[in-house]
Amino acid sequence: MRNSVSLALAGSGGAGVMTACNILLEAAAKAGYFALMTRSSGPQIRGGEAAAMLRVSTFATDGQDDRFQVLAAIDWQNVARFAAELPLGPESLIIGDPAQAAAPEVFLKSGARFAPLPLKTLAAQVAGAWPNMIVLGALAAMIGLPPAALEAAIRSALKKNVDAGLAAARLGMAEGAKLDRFPLAPPPPRSARWLITGNEAAGYGALRGGVRFVAAYPITPATELLEWLSPALAKVGGSLVQAEDELASINMALGASYGGVPALTATSGPGLSLMIESLGLGVAAEVPLVVVDVMRTGPSTGIATKTEQGDLNLALYGLHGDAPHIVIAPNSLADCLAATQWAVELAESLQVPAIVLSDQYFGQARAVVDAPRVNRHAAARLTAGAAAEGYKRYALTPSGVSPMAIPGTAGITYTADGLEHNERGTPSSQAADHLAQMEKRARKVSQLDPGDAWASIEGEGDVALLTFGSCTAPAREALGRARAEGYDVRLISLRLLAPAQPERLKRALAGVKRVLVVEQNHSGQLLHYLRAHYELSSEARSLRRPGPLPFRPDEIYRAIVNP
Amino acid sequence: MSSTQELSKDTAYADFMARAYAMELEANERYTQFADQLAMHNNVEVAMLFRKLADIEALHAKRILAEMRWSALPAMPVPYAWDGEAPETAPFESVHYLMQPYHALEIALRNELRAEQYFERIARSDAPPSVRAAAAEMAAEEREHVELVRAWMKRVPQPSAGWDDDPDPPRIVE
Amino acid sequence: MNAPLSAPLVQAKDFKSDYKPVWCPGCGDYSVLLAIQKALASLDLRPENVAIVSGIGCSSRLPAYTSCYGFHGVHGRALPAATGLKVARPELTVLVASGDGDGYSIGGNHFLHACRRNVDLTYIVMDNHVYGMTKGQPSPTTEPDWTSKLAPAGTGVREFHPLVIALASGANFVARAFSGDPNGCAALIADAVRHPGFSFVEVLSPCVTFRPDQRGWKDLVHPAPVAPTDDPARAARRIMTDDGFNIGILYRGNRAPYHGAAKAATHAAAELEADFRIEETA
Repeated sequence: MRNSVSLALAGSGGAGVMTACNILLEAAAKAGYFALMTRSSGPQIRGGEAAAMLRVSTFATDGQDDRFQVLAAIDWQNVARFAAELPLGPESLIIGDPAQAAAPEVFLKSGARFAPLPLKTLAAQVAGAWPNMIVLGALAAMIGLPPAALEAAIRSALKKNVDAGLAAARLGMAEGAKLDRFPLAPPPPRSARWLITGNEAAGYGALRGGVRFVAAYPITPATELLEWLSPALAKVGGSLVQAEDELASINMALGASYGGVPALTATSGPGLSLMIESLGLGVAAEVPLVVVDVMRTGPSTGIATKTEQGDLNLALYGLHGDAPHIVIAPNSLADCLAATQWAVELAESLQVPAIVLSDQYFGQARAVVDAPRVNRHAAARLTAGAAAEGYKRYALTPSGVSPMAIPGTAGITYTADGLEHNERGTPSSQAADHLAQMEKRARKVSQLDPGDAWASIEGEGDVALLTFGSCTAPAREALGRARAEGYDVRLISLRLLAPAQPERLKRALAGVKRVLVVEQNHSGQLLHYLRAHYELSSEARSLRRPGPLPFRPDEIYRAIVNP
Repeated sequence: MSSTQELSKDTAYADFMARAYAMELEANERYTQFADQLAMHNNVEVAMLFRKLADIEALHAKRILAEMRWSALPAMPVPYAWDGEAPETAPFESVHYLMQPYHALEIALRNELRAEQYFERIARSDAPPSVRAAAAEMAAEEREHVELVRAWMKRVPQPSAGWDDDPDPPRIVE
Repeated sequence: MNAPLSAPLVQAKDFKSDYKPVWCPGCGDYSVLLAIQKALASLDLRPENVAIVSGIGCSSRLPAYTSCYGFHGVHGRALPAATGLKVARPELTVLVASGDGDGYSIGGNHFLHACRRNVDLTYIVMDNHVYGMTKGQPSPTTEPDWTSKLAPAGTGVREFHPLVIALASGANFVARAFSGDPNGCAALIADAVRHPGFSFVEVLSPCVTFRPDQRGWKDLVHPAPVAPTDDPARAARRIMTDDGFNIGILYRGNRAPYHGAAKAATHAAAELEADFRIEETA
């Protein structure tokens, strides 16, 4: 009995691998398991090769396992392109239709065994059935999902030919029972769970934070976040405007927020690059704003559909001038909710732009997660009342935060300005005003107290894994394995990236002799940031590589045990 | 400027005075704006001159208020309207940052002459006698102003050629 | 007391701030500022219910010179900022102040889409055919043979025609005004604000420093000889064949303005969680 099983389903356009995998994901959810579905596809809009990857487990995780137990292909057209993303081992099973070409050598050389399954022939036995439903049934049987859960998932997923789908899946289950099985341990005790993507979680977090205006320019892999928000905003009395480009979308969001309505835009690296100038306006004019960057592989257009943690430098340092702002990275798929909601809170309460660094991996993965505990409080902005005596929009307060006049409020009108200004907001080129306003803006950001939210800290020991974002789950899994074998390891996964928290990290690293910095980019952006702002032990080692391949727990585990 | 409205028999004395009042007020406003512009551009001498001219127009406006016993401002009636801006209001383009007092007085002279012509035309129109009498009185007053300004112009130096030369180029601001 | 208590001239003062313009004395933008103040006063608006959004350039300094709410943002992006503000706060009156560089060059794409989107904004572009704040470079509306340091032989590039572009892109109100006539300009701006949807007012506003030749504009401008039309084809012919100094409302359309999706809330945000909850099978 296994606590985790990883399956991959591949095929070209029209094979329905995504649909089948989604049904399997829902069936696992209904059966009480945790599950994570990710996907990889070719560049074609229709008809391209695609691979759907599903990990079903008895514990919550949004990380991938070291290897896949089963790779099933409806056909092998160009599936070899995904070989690097679909690691197999001698214990793995490759399922394919013997009527199709043989499985590619790149998979077979892993030592995995091949099990023929005549998908087309079987599907032909049921009128209106498709081969993907046969595979679906076979996979469900191989991992021991209860038929009732599978049937319920099929009924809710299929819009037509439900009976044919059900019959084909039953046929597949019967065939699957004859193959090697990878049965799962019984599901964990029932608890409240959600099935959600990182992009949906970020969108929902934004709404719960109080965002009621979104400006959107489509970009992979952030588009689904915007598409989720569009109808959702309409339900809660907000609005979404599709902008002509990212220069417009961020400025629309700034305009709405200046008007007192919490605002957000979401994009990916190329869009964030275009938005950077206006983020500086948000800093200078002190207009709250949240930008979600669902990172993809860069530079330039890069690999638009695949993940990488390459925008860290841009998010931290992209702005011209000294421009204190917030950068938050969710460290799990579900955390996309809390991190985005937190970003809204900080942006609103500190009147500053906040960047949420999500990534394609979180954004487009769909997972069963423990129902997040949602902060019930929407963000609050400090505003000024009508005809406030001696009102100064940019008053030099101890906290750095000064009450904001909202258009429509009489007697305290002002001009929000990207030009340096004095306390009243009047443009000023004087050194003293520049220094005072600069310090005000720096003060409000540096004084924020994140409490425990700045990082997730797990375990104890003199070895520390220091990471952020979607590298957290594999690091956690590696930590679990190492600790089970008696290694004393701790995990520090940063959530608040800017402002830096050197004192907190110093405490978190107390007693640590060796630090392993894990990140998914080529140049070690996190390592360099840490070196600039924190006291790291000289034994800090970098474990990094560019996207799109996710870290596997085993490689981090080996880095822990082999210093 | 010779609209049929001006000649309308329906016009009242109060309407005429309201127009006259608005004219003075606009002149005061514009002189003040010129003074502010010149002050911003460090031409203190001309700024002060415009300020003085603004004060004079404000005085005229106040006098009308007192004469009419208006405690607040009347609406600007259509009768006796002028095309474009009021006769005593110089166009924004009249000023230059290096201008000299003589130029400012040229502007004042232009305004007073136009004001005189404006009232003169009404005085000679077929407006009600009360209006014509008042207009004639005001035209005479403006004539006096014209002479005052002309005398003033003799007391200030005439600008030499190249008064608007600036050895430095304009500045880059943003 | 037989006279009404307020006069537009005096109300216009309510829209002045105590911050003094840095524009060159003689600049047409002073006049446009006054025209905006007079227009807002004539519409019986209160300064706190009006927001003026701008980008970068001489003209874009305008918001701070008014007592309205102002937003002086980045170069070229005034229209998007105004769009966001108006969609989020539809009850505000939102004006946008721009110039030929800010609005037609770096912000050109936003111009097209703002016209097309037809949000209820009033877009006032002070066009002087030159970049003033950076010292006299050619802008999209500069004549091809106008020489400057950056283009010593002229640009050789045809001028942009903002009114035609506005009309073709879907602006709901297209007018040309002249800064030398602040009252006429005020009336046009008031009409533009009153008209629903995206209203575009191109104001010929001379630059006395870099384009002293534009002082001659006052002798070239003339009122549009025909009444406004709601027929885009007629308006297009009119705009494309006029001499560039035709002043007045050249097109007044009747497209419904864009309001965005904002309606009253039908759900509490927390209710949306229902979509994510898993119903387990027994």
